[in-house]
Amino acid sequence: MHADAATDPADTFPRLLLQHASSRGDGIAMREKDLGIWQSWTWRAVADEVRDLACGLSALGFRRGQNLAIIGDNRPQLYWAMAAAQSLGGVPVPLYQDAVADEMAYILDDADVRFAVVEDQEQVDKLLEIKDRLPGLEVIVYDDPRGMRSYGQGFLHELARVQDLGRELHGDHPGLFQREIDQGAAGDVAIMLYTSGTTGKPKGVCHTHGAMIAAARGGCTFDRLGPGDEILSYLPMAWVGDNLFSYAQALVGGFTINCPESGDTVMTDMREIGPTYYFAPPRVFENLLTQVMIRMEDAGRIKRWLFHRFLGVARRCGADILDRKPGVPAADRLLYAIGDLLVFGPLRNVLGMSRIRVAYTAGAAIGPDLFRFYRSIGLNLKQFYGSTETCAYVCLQPDGEIKYDTVGLPAPGVEVRIGENGEVLVKSAAMLAGYYKRPDATAELFDAAGWFRTGDAGFFDQDGHLKIIDRAKDLGRLANGAVFAPNYIENKLKFFQHVKEAVAFGHDRAQVCAFINIDLGAVGNWAERRGLAYAGYTDLAGKDEVYALIQECVEQVNAQLAADPMVADSQIHRFLVLHKELDPDDDELTRTRKVRRGFIADKYALLVDALYAGRSSCHIETEVKFEDGRRGRIAADVKIRDARVFPIRHEQAA
Amino acid sequence: MSSARSIGEVLLAVENVSLAFGGVKALTDVSFDVRQGEIRAIIGPNGAGKSSMLNVVNGVYHPQQGAVRYRGEARRQVDPHRAARQGIARTFQNIALFKGMSVLDNIMTGRNLKMRAGLLEQALWLGRSRREELAHREQVEHIIDFLQIEHIRKTPVGRLPYGLQKRVELARALAAEPVLLLLDEPMAGMNVEEKQDMCRFILDVNEEFGTTIVLIEHDMGVVMDISDRIVVLEYGRKIADGLPDEVRNDSKVIDAYLGVSH
Repeated sequence: MHADAATDPADTFPRLLLQHASSRGDGIAMREKDLGIWQSWTWRAVADEVRDLACGLSALGFRRGQNLAIIGDNRPQLYWAMAAAQSLGGVPVPLYQDAVADEMAYILDDADVRFAVVEDQEQVDKLLEIKDRLPGLEVIVYDDPRGMRSYGQGFLHELARVQDLGRELHGDHPGLFQREIDQGAAGDVAIMLYTSGTTGKPKGVCHTHGAMIAAARGGCTFDRLGPGDEILSYLPMAWVGDNLFSYAQALVGGFTINCPESGDTVMTDMREIGPTYYFAPPRVFENLLTQVMIRMEDAGRIKRWLFHRFLGVARRCGADILDRKPGVPAADRLLYAIGDLLVFGPLRNVLGMSRIRVAYTAGAAIGPDLFRFYRSIGLNLKQFYGSTETCAYVCLQPDGEIKYDTVGLPAPGVEVRIGENGEVLVKSAAMLAGYYKRPDATAELFDAAGWFRTGDAGFFDQDGHLKIIDRAKDLGRLANGAVFAPNYIENKLKFFQHVKEAVAFGHDRAQVCAFINIDLGAVGNWAERRGLAYAGYTDLAGKDEVYALIQECVEQVNAQLAADPMVADSQIHRFLVLHKELDPDDDELTRTRKVRRGFIADKYALLVDALYAGRSSCHIETEVKFEDGRRGRIAADVKIRDARVFPIRHEQAA
Repeated sequence: MSSARSIGEVLLAVENVSLAFGGVKALTDVSFDVRQGEIRAIIGPNGAGKSSMLNVVNGVYHPQQGAVRYRGEARRQVDPHRAARQGIARTFQNIALFKGMSVLDNIMTGRNLKMRAGLLEQALWLGRSRREELAHREQVEHIIDFLQIEHIRKTPVGRLPYGLQKRVELARALAAEPVLLLLDEPMAGMNVEEKQDMCRFILDVNEEFGTTIVLIEHDMGVVMDISDRIVVLEYGRKIADGLPDEVRNDSKVIDAYLGVSH
């Protein structure tokens, strides 16, 4: 961080922009790859572009307090639109660019949108499709004129023309832009981000300048981000993370954002830019690793040998070297240095990760093996925890204190407390101002003492790191009163490639038992390599060899659980491999593939009883729906096995 | 379609063309015209003479009878190279790209006719050829942007799926900045989504660059949607010519496509 927070007068985003434009106007603020070449804008140029756009929007009638919808891929022009709206005291509302027209209609209506700035013809077409239902929508500004020549509607404006209009207005009224910015206050709403609406209708989360700047400042201080840092802006602008990383932090820290050429070129663009600060959801890291592994399979024998030899070294000591932990033998350090030269360095380069200082992942649980792989090859990958309502940040992992199963320490300026029901409660300056037009829903978010209820259950480990274990409403208690977090256990099981789904039972019971679904692809492959013949899922699932394989996984999970006193009682005592795959068509999974635990417990009550009755097998017949709508029955004798449990230890296995 | 398009005067007129290979009559007394700015389709069953017709237009085949009038000028003997100089570009039914070269290089070859620097200058990378290359590269980048193939710019063409190769071929044809673009089955072998994309691109090319397009296509649905006028050939003869709706309801066309009992 450069500017001193206490004396810093820039308390809104437009002021931050002007501050950068005057203090370091020639620094690069934005880049975009266009026509195969990286085009740059300096801070001064961005400030001018924003001014022209703001004045243009003002000339078209955009006024203080109105909302401006922004729809499209990450484009400099759309980020300018964000700043332009804020300069005029309006509120940008970014929407997911791949949403279908109907989904957009709800949000545009709910947010009373009159002005929209969109990327291209595709988005314009969507808006035109729903315009009849949105009497309030008055003006649509598009950036890319391609294919727009034949659109004659008067309410459509090309962004560059709007800027021309703004330049004229600015010429006639040179003080207008500054006056509008002067009227802004830190307490004004800066941005409205819609929740995904998995539970009910989407709600508009309103954040003030003050809150977003507090979150951004916290993050920049925490990871020492500032001028010279580079980020690739490729995640949807409607997501709170992109708003924080590519907009709020870029403006607070003064670093450079880079917009890829298109969604398909992100990998190439990343190699060319070499970002120093990077975010990706776990599945991106997983896909990258899979690609690397597949390519290594095709590599020559020497390369393959080198790769696996040094990956072994990295697994042993890479993460410790990255964390600067003492106690790594000199021989290992030497081997790692050679590996870095021959394998890890080139690999990071291929992935475009050579210059990354800080990489984050969040949004879903990341498998420990995956997480460790990237850390071991020298990528400083960390996790954080937060939600749209908390400006993305609640907890962050500090450099050198990384544990794969925690989300780190509370972020600067954030207070975290565990409620009586195990729920994680938060107090922070970076907190939503409220849901748009929904005071009822806003009130439900906070408890009587004003703590924000995250809805997640968790606890602090001995080092003060927060560990999220489940959704608070799914949390149960074992008969002895210990916490039972089914999701936490199921996730641990699912990290094994052979386990597709898992369902843990234990609420009000003395022990935890589990149903397992094997992954037909992975286990089938495993069986083939062993010459094990099988007829289909049900047959494979019942094999003793498969049971032995799964038993190993379960016992490894037990060993991990035993190491943590909070969840040590949740070790899995007995398990079975289900005779059929859990399926959304049979209502056992939601459409997003989350297990419906209650439904499964009822449907397979026979099996649950058998688990707890100590029986060694159970006959069951189940009706299944096939894809073509026919119904059939699957009958099987499901075997039940005991798993080894471990005495409770008091040290960290990670 | 759109209001911005304007269909002008006759750009290309095919007049009583007959073409035979030995005893095989590929085309018999075919006449039709193509107007400036329109999308003109040639359809017909297999072996109807569609590709032969395109080959006559761009000078690969020379008809024994009749004439092709391009921009009002009659020509009997034209070779493909001259046709290309006159602004006629084409794509092929079975993709004819350099498989081992990158997408970018393939499209650059489409600029070949526009290059002024000589071989020696290019080889020595002298000032003029360098400036020229940069200008051409910019043109090519506009086309890459237009056809949304940024992500495969550096990929060897041979590694691309079929649908994308077709798009690259279109890009190369566009690189020549053609007045008249001949497309030989641009959508053959594509899935529905690829076809929709290709339709969009053809319409966009026509609208943005004002390029006149003659296309051969099997897929009747596609043809009806994007063409201004349609010529129908059967056994080398023209059996219908007109607006999509007229052609659709023409009894001879229905017979040709569905078969008729004799």
